[in-house]
Amino acid sequence: MNFKKEIDFVHISKYYYTISIILTIVGIICLSIFGLNFGVDFRAGSNVDITLSKSLTQSEVQPILKKIGIDEGTSITPGDKRMNIRFTEVLNEDHDNKLKAEIQKLDSTASFEINTVDTEMAKELGRNAIYAVLLSCIGIIIYVSIRFEWRFALAAILSLIHDAFLVVTVFSIFRLEVDLIFITAVLTIIGYSINDTIVIFDRIRENLRFAKLKTNEDLVHLVNKSVNQMLKRSIYTALTVFIAALFLYLFGGQSIKMFSLAMVIGLVFGAYSSIFIASPFWFFLKSKEKNKKVGKTS
Amino acid sequence: MKRIISFFVTVIVLAGVMAVTTPGLLDKVRLGLDLKGGFEILYEAKPLEEGQAVTKESLNRTAQSLEKRANVLGTSEPEVTTEGANRIRLKIAGVTNEAEVRKKMKEPANLTFRSSPTGGKEAADFTKIELLGSDFKENGAEVGYDSLNQPEISIQVKDKAKFTEITKRLINKELGIFLDETMLSAPVVRAELTDGKASISGNYTNDEAKNLRDTINLGALPLSLTEKYSQSVGATLGKQSLDQTIVAGLIASAFILLFMIGIYRLPGLLASFALILHTWLLILVFVLADFTLTLPGIAAFILGIGMAVDANIITNERIREEMRNGRSVMSSVKLGNKSSFRTIIDSNVTTIIVAGVMFAYGTGAVKGFALVLIVEIVLSIATNVYFSHWLLSLLVKSGLLKEPKQFGVKESEIREL
Repeated sequence: MNFKKEIDFVHISKYYYTISIILTIVGIICLSIFGLNFGVDFRAGSNVDITLSKSLTQSEVQPILKKIGIDEGTSITPGDKRMNIRFTEVLNEDHDNKLKAEIQKLDSTASFEINTVDTEMAKELGRNAIYAVLLSCIGIIIYVSIRFEWRFALAAILSLIHDAFLVVTVFSIFRLEVDLIFITAVLTIIGYSINDTIVIFDRIRENLRFAKLKTNEDLVHLVNKSVNQMLKRSIYTALTVFIAALFLYLFGGQSIKMFSLAMVIGLVFGAYSSIFIASPFWFFLKSKEKNKKVGKTS
Repeated sequence: MKRIISFFVTVIVLAGVMAVTTPGLLDKVRLGLDLKGGFEILYEAKPLEEGQAVTKESLNRTAQSLEKRANVLGTSEPEVTTEGANRIRLKIAGVTNEAEVRKKMKEPANLTFRSSPTGGKEAADFTKIELLGSDFKENGAEVGYDSLNQPEISIQVKDKAKFTEITKRLINKELGIFLDETMLSAPVVRAELTDGKASISGNYTNDEAKNLRDTINLGALPLSLTEKYSQSVGATLGKQSLDQTIVAGLIASAFILLFMIGIYRLPGLLASFALILHTWLLILVFVLADFTLTLPGIAAFILGIGMAVDANIITNERIREEMRNGRSVMSSVKLGNKSSFRTIIDSNVTTIIVAGVMFAYGTGAVKGFALVLIVEIVLSIATNVYFSHWLLSLLVKSGLLKEPKQFGVKESEIREL
């Protein structure tokens, strides 16, 4: 066997399993200690994004908030010709208008994006997001079980949960804001990850048809061959989508920055898990079944 | 020769059509309020008086009156939709006096019956308010039919004495029915009515009569609206988001196209053409179906281009693989197109499942994103699978593409059969 050309994914996967398990444990710890930095969509309150023609400082804006009476529990993040203010309180339209008027006194060209979500709505959005993720998983399990078999479905689900969870972990560790659009990113990552995994599984399925599997070694070879055959495609596709997401992150509009970042991270995990997690895990499930059969007949 | 001609004619005609129509199409794409400025509010409706329920009719009436008010305030294309049992979503783009509009919107629908002291028949002449919405019995208005089978609306008033006085004073005069500042109807008082009941008849159609009934019932039981969710985007900020994101998209697309050509040579060029066609069709669908393009929608657009490339990559990798296994160019292309098809369908269907769930469960931004993704996947199968397979086959059959190296496969990589 030419090792230069064919990488033994099945056997090296144990190292990657270890890495993934460690990352998952880190994620669980992080999430249970720090939780997530929820945006207004999920914990109620108001978020104000301001685009300015000059940069304003925190000390310029703080007195304004105090004057309107909305300075409690706010966090101000100044940026280059822009500013973000987050309120834990729900701003009413009166507050909105006063805030706008006052800031426009400092900079007449200021343009605003204000998002306000009330408590009950925030809970509902959060609940819907969880339903959406669960429902997607169920849909995928059903489809893949019908078109392939349950082992593929299980392996695919494991890898997509892995991807989604690790993205959430990264957002937890770096305290990045989680809002409604982040859920979209997670769902897109799920969609992409499953897409990537299915393409490899499709090849395994195809190779299975012509394969005579006598020993476990045959199965190892089959999985390795399939992954290697699809390796270029996996890398190229991951790369093109990665480029798209990266440019969106670098140059795209402010309100989809976090979304693009989540996509960039998720794509890397997605490509990684399809190759190193999903296929070896399918092998693990399949080889168990084979051994059982062998045990019965002999 | 015939094939070469049909290949070039197809490419040139399509390129021409795209070049000519694109600027016009782009102008016609309806932009979401996150891109052109405006605000979106989700209201929850509650009856002003405790213990009453919100009915489907009253919710619809409220939504309609919101739309009317928004129109009166001079906003462009307000969108008002009801959601669930007690919610109304309002989207208004391009407002300059947002503060005023928001305040006006929240006021409960104001039903009044007015008389005209001067006797004038114009809406503006009806200045004296005789009855308020709260003077009517809750759900007291009903549609009935008179002896000629004409629809009429029977109404009930709480204060009989007051109604008697009004009808006596206004006999043979008009009593204008107003919702906010719009006159809906102006029936003439025919008699003094002492039992607090009246029927309004006129040349109403069935629908008009039902509308009037619902309006009066709503006026008797107005709904109060509270903002559950609001998003307001300044026009400058929206424009900036749009520009930035389009620039990001153009750079990303250019990279992807160069990448495809660099890796796959001539087939890569065909794939690039299919991708451009795919993007053009997507814009066309948005214009024809009058979908609203939002910022997350553009993100989906750009990501989708990345994903649509996948179909081309799968096909081309497969073709190369077959060549390396020693097949001829012709049979490699045939086999590659055929066997990559199933792979592409399976992987795209799973993505559609996820997008479908997003569309069903999402609100606003998420829905916009999912919509683009779904349309894009369907179009991608048409352009990046069928169309680009067809173009490739044309070139191969015509003999223009006959060397493996035109596919980026080196002679040394080819195994003997």
